[in-house]
Amino acid sequence: MSGGWITTKLNYVIGWGRKFSLFHYPFITACCGMEYMSTACAHWDFDRFGCGLTTFSPRQADLIMVVGTISQKEAPVLKTIYDQMCEPKWVLAVGACTLSGGIYDNYAVVQGIDNIIPVDVYVPGCPPRPETFLDAIVKLQEKIQNQEQEFRWKRRK
Amino acid sequence: MEKKKITEILKEKFPEEIKEISALLGDETVIIEREFLQDLCVYLMKTPHSFTMLLDLTCVDYIRDEMRFEMVYHLFSLASNDRLRIKIRLSEKDLRIDSLTPLWKNANWLEREVYDMFGVHFEGHPYLVRLFMYDGFEGHPLRKDYPLRKRQPIIPMRRKE
Amino acid sequence: MTYRIQKEASKESMLINMGPSHPAMHGTIRIMLELDGEKVLNAELEVGYLHRGFEKTCEHKTYFNLLPYTDRLNYVSPLINNLGYVMTMEKMLGIQAPERAQFIRVIMSELSRISDHLTALAAMTMECGAFTAFLYYIQAREEIWNVIEQTTGARMTTSYIRIGGVRADLHPEINPLLGKAINSARALLKDCHGLLDKNKIWLNRTRDVAVVSPEMAVNYGFTGPCLRASGVSYDVRKAHPYCTYDQVRFEIPLGDNGDNFDRYMVRMKEMEQSLRIIEQARKKVPVSPPAVIADVFEPAEAIKASREKKVEAKIKLSPNLEGSEKDIYPRILTKGKKYIVPPKEDTYTSIEGLINHFKFFMKGHGIRPPKGDVYFSVEGGSGEVGYYIVSDGTDKPYRLHLRGPCFHIVAALEEMIRGHYIADIIPTFGGLNMIGGELDR
Repeated sequence: MSGGWITTKLNYVIGWGRKFSLFHYPFITACCGMEYMSTACAHWDFDRFGCGLTTFSPRQADLIMVVGTISQKEAPVLKTIYDQMCEPKWVLAVGACTLSGGIYDNYAVVQGIDNIIPVDVYVPGCPPRPETFLDAIVKLQEKIQNQEQEFRWKRRK
Repeated sequence: MEKKKITEILKEKFPEEIKEISALLGDETVIIEREFLQDLCVYLMKTPHSFTMLLDLTCVDYIRDEMRFEMVYHLFSLASNDRLRIKIRLSEKDLRIDSLTPLWKNANWLEREVYDMFGVHFEGHPYLVRLFMYDGFEGHPLRKDYPLRKRQPIIPMRRKE
Repeated sequence: MTYRIQKEASKESMLINMGPSHPAMHGTIRIMLELDGEKVLNAELEVGYLHRGFEKTCEHKTYFNLLPYTDRLNYVSPLINNLGYVMTMEKMLGIQAPERAQFIRVIMSELSRISDHLTALAAMTMECGAFTAFLYYIQAREEIWNVIEQTTGARMTTSYIRIGGVRADLHPEINPLLGKAINSARALLKDCHGLLDKNKIWLNRTRDVAVVSPEMAVNYGFTGPCLRASGVSYDVRKAHPYCTYDQVRFEIPLGDNGDNFDRYMVRMKEMEQSLRIIEQARKKVPVSPPAVIADVFEPAEAIKASREKKVEAKIKLSPNLEGSEKDIYPRILTKGKKYIVPPKEDTYTSIEGLINHFKFFMKGHGIRPPKGDVYFSVEGGSGEVGYYIVSDGTDKPYRLHLRGPCFHIVAALEEMIRGHYIADIIPTFGGLNMIGGELDR
């Protein structure tokens, strides 16, 4: 069916465009931030993956990288920032503390940010090496390419 | 002539107020009552001792003792390179002590932290509110009877733990 | 909840929030400002967004188990926090590490300190707009982290310094990498001095901004580079020397004014002094390549052979345990059996070794210091890192308190930015080197 072929190709092209031009918002709190800095700088650059523009306004971002421990006090802040982002948006949970609370199982730490916001790619490590971080970005790009792209004129069933 | 230890000098000058002195592992410690804290600190800040820096201020919870909380102050003198520890016991029913904010400015935040974590009231503190925990948190986390894993989330969690 | 600044603000001024998630906030801290145009009339800080319950968690872990938690306090110089904790425990237990281990500790500590200053200045300069300096600093930091990784196994959170010594000896091929790191650090310092020292923009932004007088600094309990920038000469390494710092020669740079430029300059000069210390300590720790031995047992064969009689020959350990073989133990760890992890060759091939291993790790056994309390401090990247440990004779600490240097320095921020402009907050805050892990614990 030609209609099906066109929408598939359009899906592919839009996915290709989206995955190679990610504007990310680094929500940095703790130690993993140091590995984020290493990944962003000259040696293990992630600009070559298209992810280079660091925007500090969530309204202009499509990817939020949650880097570091999220405490109970910080949880409403994270939710507010996630809500301020426009669709389509993706979430990268970096570091053991964002996956499950990490080594901190106590009164002050949220045991995994998927208690607060939906997560697309989980990056394990304490802190994850820059190579792991880059691998996660590549996996996220595969996910973006293969997902059903949402665009305005598509009829919602 | 060997330099006299600060604890011995203090014991000679204030024999009744200083309950006990010790120098375990090289750390010179004096144990006093809470009413004497302000006078002792004012005396120590002046020359020749000049303990001008308040290094640390914390609290320990001895839950099985009658006088449950022990305030620990660490003072430091840049001139003579001496450290001094002051310990004061407080009971749970009367958990108040004088604030040291008029003397040292970092006592402001240190005392807020102790209030947040243990619940000790500092009289004369200009702004005694919680420092680390959020508004709406009930209880004082570092006390021994607060369970380690008792979480009080502000926003509802999406899944059960 | 109404904050103090909301109650005290006048009707004409504007209240604005530099919220917890902000590019210049080095982690998460919230500054509420009362502004008149761009001038800051009043400020209030809210901290605690990274409070991870370190002190309470440590009361539920054994002394050996809580070592990884100390790494994550000041996460830009983790080896120094390790060292502080371990030296406090050694003071309490009354043991001392062998001399070679102490020199290795000094080298690792100084490498950590250089990486701390590099990160602090990288962030400070980047936020003022000098992006090139940021890339140069981080590149030099990568070289240093390569050296640390070769010996300890991890780039950042290493848990390398153990009670009684260090975990493993220096890697036999450390010399070329360490030489490269020292050279690249020196080249970087030369470049950044050239880029920033006489740069008109940098001078305008940092000279005479947020001046801290020596009396104010001492009254606030400042220690470390911020105190030395105000002119007070106090360094824990010189005042209460620990761990062979009295055998190396170095100077303490001081500042004149106490403004942001002095804080930047003191850190740059301290890095040069740290490089001097590393070069001196390096001569005392000669590394030799491992001798190739003819008969080396594989682990499975060794366990089988030990059932008949005790195995004397060398056993080939897994690559994870490189540098901690049994014959290296006397050089890097103290002799007391109760305080160190027994060598793996003994654990797997003899009953006594196995029993020692269990007795170290079992709950209720292991390191049990005598009752009492102790305070010890080391010189961290931001100042005096002190640990106050209360022990009740069991295998877990009764109370562990960290004296974080950033806490006292950031407490002064409200007073430091009053009267300046919003743009001055950025280099001021960067120059203080606030680390969230240490501030909020």
